[in-house]
Amino acid sequence: MKKLMLGILAALAPLGAQTFVIQNATVMTEGSKGIFKGSVVVKDGKIADVGERVMVPAGATIIEAGGLYLIPGIIDCHSHIAGSGGINEGSVSVSSMVNIKDIINPDDISIYRALAGGVTTANILHGSANSIGGQTLPLKMRWGKSAEEMIFAGATPGIKFALGENPKRAGNPQGGRGAVGAIQISARYPATRMGVEDVIREAFNDAKAYKAEWDAYDAKAAMGEHPIAPRTDLKLQALKEVLENKRYVHVHCYRADEILMMIRAADDNGFKVRTFQHVLEGYKVAKEIKEHGAGASTFSDWWAYKIEAIDAIPFNAALMAKKGIVVSLNSDDAELMRHLNTEAGKAMKYGGMSETEALAMVTINPAIQLGIDKTVGSIEVGKDADLALYDGFPMSDFAKVTKVWIDGTQYFDRDKEVAAQAAKDTEKQQLLDKEKATQRPQTNRRPNQ
Amino acid sequence: MKKLLVFSFLWCSAYALAEGPSTVAITNAKIVTVSGQVYAKGTVVLKDGLIEAVGDNVTVPPDAWVVPGEGMTVYPGLIDALSTVGIPGAAPAAAGRGGRGGATQAQTAAPAAPAAPAERSWGPEDRPQTTSWLLAADELQAGDKRVETVRGSGITTAVTYPTRGIFGGQGSVIDLVSGEKPAEMVLVPSVGQYISMSGGRGFGGGGGFPSSLMGIIAYVRQLYLDANHYKLVKDAYARNPRGMQRPEYDRALEGLMASPRFLLPANQAVEIDRMLRFGAELKGISPVPQSMILYGAREAYSPEAVTLLKKANVPVLLSLRWPTPPARSADGDDSNETLRTLRERDQAPNAAAALVKGGVKFALYSDGTDAPRDFQRAVKKAIDAGLSREDALRALTVWPAEIYGIADRVGSIEKGKIANLVVTKGEIFDDRTQIVMVFVDGKKYTPEPPAAGRGGPATDEPGAGGNQ
Repeated sequence: MKKLMLGILAALAPLGAQTFVIQNATVMTEGSKGIFKGSVVVKDGKIADVGERVMVPAGATIIEAGGLYLIPGIIDCHSHIAGSGGINEGSVSVSSMVNIKDIINPDDISIYRALAGGVTTANILHGSANSIGGQTLPLKMRWGKSAEEMIFAGATPGIKFALGENPKRAGNPQGGRGAVGAIQISARYPATRMGVEDVIREAFNDAKAYKAEWDAYDAKAAMGEHPIAPRTDLKLQALKEVLENKRYVHVHCYRADEILMMIRAADDNGFKVRTFQHVLEGYKVAKEIKEHGAGASTFSDWWAYKIEAIDAIPFNAALMAKKGIVVSLNSDDAELMRHLNTEAGKAMKYGGMSETEALAMVTINPAIQLGIDKTVGSIEVGKDADLALYDGFPMSDFAKVTKVWIDGTQYFDRDKEVAAQAAKDTEKQQLLDKEKATQRPQTNRRPNQ
Repeated sequence: MKKLLVFSFLWCSAYALAEGPSTVAITNAKIVTVSGQVYAKGTVVLKDGLIEAVGDNVTVPPDAWVVPGEGMTVYPGLIDALSTVGIPGAAPAAAGRGGRGGATQAQTAAPAAPAAPAERSWGPEDRPQTTSWLLAADELQAGDKRVETVRGSGITTAVTYPTRGIFGGQGSVIDLVSGEKPAEMVLVPSVGQYISMSGGRGFGGGGGFPSSLMGIIAYVRQLYLDANHYKLVKDAYARNPRGMQRPEYDRALEGLMASPRFLLPANQAVEIDRMLRFGAELKGISPVPQSMILYGAREAYSPEAVTLLKKANVPVLLSLRWPTPPARSADGDDSNETLRTLRERDQAPNAAAALVKGGVKFALYSDGTDAPRDFQRAVKKAIDAGLSREDALRALTVWPAEIYGIADRVGSIEKGKIANLVVTKGEIFDDRTQIVMVFVDGKKYTPEPPAAGRGGPATDEPGAGGNQ
């Protein structure tokens, strides 16, 4: 029994980073080498060489990948997996004091399933219940590692903002016009789009005052004085970091008018929106988004699932890209996250993107948006060896992920997973049988229940 | 024999008067001191609530009432390291405005009163679900029926906490005496702040901030930051109040700073990792020296968890409420159970043995497993899973005493310590073992033998009737 369990653990545990060469694959680099047929050399967790002909380091493991496709690990710019105890602190209009970092759950099976879909990095966002939501950060899908080890080292942290219907909270007992019925509670402001803008502007008024107070203190302290430090306010601290360009703003939005409102509010307060998320009407205001310098992370062809998604078109991603905006496609969902490759494929159908341009929307483009393109997002020498190997053209519905590496460590292997399934089923049945055998008869159960 | 009967009779009437002999000697019993040797045939003398002498060559004082201990075993009284016993109506924390403003329904005034209507909290400044200033010692009620029930398990000492809300309040070490005045029970008034992350009213009911785990964590962090700043300003004001606005009194922060340690909840290995890091952060922020304890620890059977705990050198309170299978549907369909859950249920009782092996300081706690038979069975489960009987006893005596810094007065049978003893027929924690008598502060109590029909199986949820 014990032996069996160890066997399973060994099968699931990721192999350590090692030197290996993936050869004869069709490599879609999303970098300067474009698409070619050849090899990728991985050493010490980094990509050491890329080319049609490479030198094989001594002792390197050879992975024969003839007929297979190698792409950079997929990056999801908008995900809510891997968190414990709720992804929304919806009780207040500004919840910037909360931080996803505090509740990372490396045990969430969605991480492993995302890996099985080729995802190696995901931007874990707070929900969209508040005008200004919680602090966020990107994770690498290092399944089996601890919460701390999942964190994408060196990545700039973010914060979630949200506009429109969600922060208005119409009909939600935590907000909108308040609850009706048994529990009488005070409604949460705001209940209108005007209110959403007001909340954001008021919050930054407070944040600027807070920043001024701290700046004055820091200046005095630098002069050698010993003033009493101001109170640390976690809520305003996060917004102070936004004002200091130390924290990216990711804004959940749909309609053109609210996108323009957000740009004005950001300009007035002296900060930048890093990405507009969902941004289904982005094609209407692409010029303004481009001028502001924000990225756009949208859906492929999802529309009309709510009132503000009524004007969505599947050409949105391509149209925004043609205006020069860095565009990514995101999942916002643990299931959709597993086939972002086909979401990218839709950009080829709607808008005539090339395969490289389409694949960029789930690899290098989200990397640029998250400020991590120096280390991930493409297959180029010196970057992290975050790779996904497909058994066919990666944007096809029929393509399956066979292997996934992060930092040169293999975290997913389809064959091994399938092979381990029987042992897991056996163990489960054994545990169930054991439990039934040791359970005492339930005498306290009422008859005919 | 006849003498013993007469003696017992006399003593019963003495108990009714809440008085007993000041000197008692238990002779010719097996004595398990825990701290020292086991006397196969020894004598222990109790005087004025303290242990006067113990050994195999002890002279019985002439004024002592003698308990002939042939065939009996004497152990130190058990310590429940985390309990709510003695606080029958521990009032829930108000949803909002705990610290400032003062418009709270004061729990201290009427602990048994029903919950105050939910007042919505709008952020950390409202001090939601916080009663950090509550002191268990002040909330004790002499008439709590649970005192007698719990004592029937051989528990003589409990660390009892107000547990409602996020900052429940400060726990007190109490001796489980039945008396007129709750104050007689108190050993140490404040030993630590009970912090809960499981929610309470903020969840789903519209009680306001915080309504998520990350909200709770942010709130706890903010309260510590506020305490830090509060102390800074208060100290400056104390040095020179002239020309300085006085800092506003905040009882939530006062309560926090009055706690010598804090307790954080963690069951899964992931939570143990999370709370060890969070606790270390809080210790760094806290304006007063505080130590930390983790409670729950269900997944402490995993090597990863044990390694983390050992490395952090943080003591653990391990719940005796082992996970039980959910009520199965009539057709016995259990296909929804994950392998992970099944493994956890299978291995949870291994945790105690794993902690011993890993060198982690821990104590077992009842977690609402009140009924003596359930309690006994729960401990036995850990013993069956590899915990030695000696270590099981230590985890309920000297180890909790060490964790709370009270090993100089309770936790073992030694001269000068408080006269808390359990006298059994048979080895403690065995299925058939009978607890014959319990001494608390030198007072003798005779547990009611389990009523007929009570010998059945444990309830599905041990301690489900508890007060948690």
